[in-house]
Amino acid sequence: MRARSDFFRRLSAVRRLRASLRGWGGVGAMAVVCVLAVAFVLLLPLTQSRGEAGTALGGQRTVQGTQARADNCTDSTAQNLSPAPSDAEGDTIKAIKARGVLKVGVDQNSYRWGYRDPNSASGDLAGFDIDLVTAIAKDIFGSSYTAQSVQFLAIPTNERIPAIQGKRVDMVVRTMTINCDRLKDVAFSAPYFLTGQQVLAPKESTITGYNSSLAGKRVCSAATSTANKRLNYDKTHHTIPASVDILTPVPNQLDCLVELQLGQADAVVTDSALAASQAAQDPTVELKGKPFTTEYYGVAMNKSATDLVQRVNRILETYRTSPDGWRASYTKWLLPTLGKDSSSADPPTPHYK
Amino acid sequence: MTQPPKSSTAPPGSGVPTMPVLPQQSSRPGAPAPRRTPDATPARRTALAEGVDRLRAAATTEPGRLRAIGALLAVLVVAFGAVTAWQTDSRATAADDVLHHSQPLSSDAADIYRSLADANTMAATGYLAGLQETTATRDQYELDIRTAAAKLVTAAANADPGSSSATTIRQLNELLPEYKGLVESARANNRQGFPVGGAYLRAANDTMQTKMLPKAQDLYKNENQRLSADYADATPYPWAAIALGVLALGGLAWAQRRNYQRTNRVLNQGLVAASATTAVVLLWVVVGHTVARAGLNDSYDHGVKSLNVLHDARIASLKARSDENLTLVSRGAETHELADGTVMDAYDWGYDQEIAALGKGLTLADSLADDSAGRGPVAVANSSMTVWIARHKKVSEANNAGDYQKARDGVIGTGDATAECFKSVDASLDKALDHETKEFQRSAGDGLDAMTGLTVGAAVLAVLGAAGAVLGIGRRLSEYR
Repeated sequence: MRARSDFFRRLSAVRRLRASLRGWGGVGAMAVVCVLAVAFVLLLPLTQSRGEAGTALGGQRTVQGTQARADNCTDSTAQNLSPAPSDAEGDTIKAIKARGVLKVGVDQNSYRWGYRDPNSASGDLAGFDIDLVTAIAKDIFGSSYTAQSVQFLAIPTNERIPAIQGKRVDMVVRTMTINCDRLKDVAFSAPYFLTGQQVLAPKESTITGYNSSLAGKRVCSAATSTANKRLNYDKTHHTIPASVDILTPVPNQLDCLVELQLGQADAVVTDSALAASQAAQDPTVELKGKPFTTEYYGVAMNKSATDLVQRVNRILETYRTSPDGWRASYTKWLLPTLGKDSSSADPPTPHYK
Repeated sequence: MTQPPKSSTAPPGSGVPTMPVLPQQSSRPGAPAPRRTPDATPARRTALAEGVDRLRAAATTEPGRLRAIGALLAVLVVAFGAVTAWQTDSRATAADDVLHHSQPLSSDAADIYRSLADANTMAATGYLAGLQETTATRDQYELDIRTAAAKLVTAAANADPGSSSATTIRQLNELLPEYKGLVESARANNRQGFPVGGAYLRAANDTMQTKMLPKAQDLYKNENQRLSADYADATPYPWAAIALGVLALGGLAWAQRRNYQRTNRVLNQGLVAASATTAVVLLWVVVGHTVARAGLNDSYDHGVKSLNVLHDARIASLKARSDENLTLVSRGAETHELADGTVMDAYDWGYDQEIAALGKGLTLADSLADDSAGRGPVAVANSSMTVWIARHKKVSEANNAGDYQKARDGVIGTGDATAECFKSVDASLDKALDHETKEFQRSAGDGLDAMTGLTVGAAVLAVLGAAGAVLGIGRRLSEYR
């Protein structure tokens, strides 16, 4: 009797031990799985990120990047990669004609380029870029062109490429510089304007250009702009004095003019076209020195819309030479601030792929 | 030794051989007092020890005990009166502060907050209208700025020097002209057709929304804390006074019972009067405070809480309106990236946030409103907001389709524009605020009224009660003389 109960007691003790061991075993197994999962997640990017570190947008861009790289793109010749002009009508142009409306992404805040005159009753957009859009639309639609043939969409700078890729717009004509990075995502027309980064400062200022005269001065630039990148690069590489005070970048280049006028900045660095636009709004400031980079503006379109790109290039050919084309627009919008001796005063000569 | 009369009718002097009663009562000032002349004391002891001895000796005699009881009762009743007067006075002062000081200041702070937000909305609306800017918009903007400036002066006068409110007011005073300068620059540039005007307007809006409005909100919160503190001072029961009152009443009851047991007399008029006044004061304190508390708590629950929610909702509607205007003024100039990587126009995003806040605020305001007069305007505001959201959707569609003119007409036009909805929301909230302010004033006023006269009444009655107790005991004491 006693022996039997003793046996049972022992048996239940063993069972309890086993149960508790099983419990711990389960927890242990789970812990091991968790550790493995975490390690896997942490190590996974390492195995894949070669050559693409920091790009959050994933695979698609990598593929396109390789394609662009295969074209041997360099930024100084990126403007020469547009296809030769052609009048052929492919799917894109046919679709636009069927729709009856050309959708164009533009800026509504760049004076003399694309802006809305608050004093015009209609509130229509006007400027150098807008003139070009009108010329393109007139050519595509021909005799059926009306004021309603173009739908202007004001899009932010950082939305230019997504808008084209998402086909929300047929093209973007918005002071957009042609470069290799962008060529990965969109196609560009032949260049329609030559520009370059330039310094804008009050006429009375001692600043003479992008040089040592910037020493100790507060310089404004827009966030993620070429100007901001160049300023930071040149400061660390001692091309410009170390005492240059690069101000916190502002959301929009126009905010730099506000800082300049309020005396919070001594100079602005932006491309000469936009600097000219700023100077046009304030007679007390002017462009200083020569542009220290060479950049070209192009009309950006979807990579698949080759027929449209070729057509725009054809339109640009006539636009450059026609008396009421490029030169008339330059005279109207840009001559007062850029002058007739500027390197921008003539349309750039195109080179095709 | 002295034996207190056990039977009630025993005449004084029958068994009191040691204490001559009469000589003391008719003693003339010049005559030396014959009692207690311990001239043969060998050595003087300390005054304290002597006093204690004397007290101990007195406590052994009935008149001595009666004197002590009388003094104790008088002290208790007077202390009760004094503590009651003190505690009710501090509560009445706090309640008065709620009604006449901290709530108006909190309301002033809310006005500053609202005026600033409204000025910003008017500036954006006027800018968007350009040449068509109406005199009404311009006047409203100027009025808002003046209101904010004037109320800042009031707030400064009422802020303790060195307090966080004082700092906030100073900063707001510095920012106000800066803001106005930016708005005027925006206007001047806009008149010349320069887009930099839009950048100035964005700078002004940024100054307002990221610097001034948060400070105005802080000020408002500070004033609300002061209001809550005043409520906390005004509403608790005066427990010390109540405890003393109960103790005094108990003491009086005990004294009368003792009196009855010793003398078989049921009523001692003085003690009864003392008990009655003490009971009246005690009752007055308890009932008065209960009523006052009810009024004050009601004014908080139905007034202050509703006012806070309505103020917040109004600010949200104002911010939504200025963002809606700015979306058209500076479309594409600033962007906001969502958590999922989607990029939105910063002002479009701001509008979405504020409209959501407005919706939440209105739901809360509806649940807090306690009558149809309060619920009515909130319901109107809610339905106007629904229409606003629907119209704004059309505006967004027009704007996204590049139809700027249609979008602009949809925002500041005359027919079916969101302007109408915003105005209706604002007017309804104004009406609701007005109603809740009245509710607050009525409830808090009722509460304050319940405490009227309590301080003085308690003091006077307590003195009377103490006098009654002393007279009552004195009457009993006189039987020994």
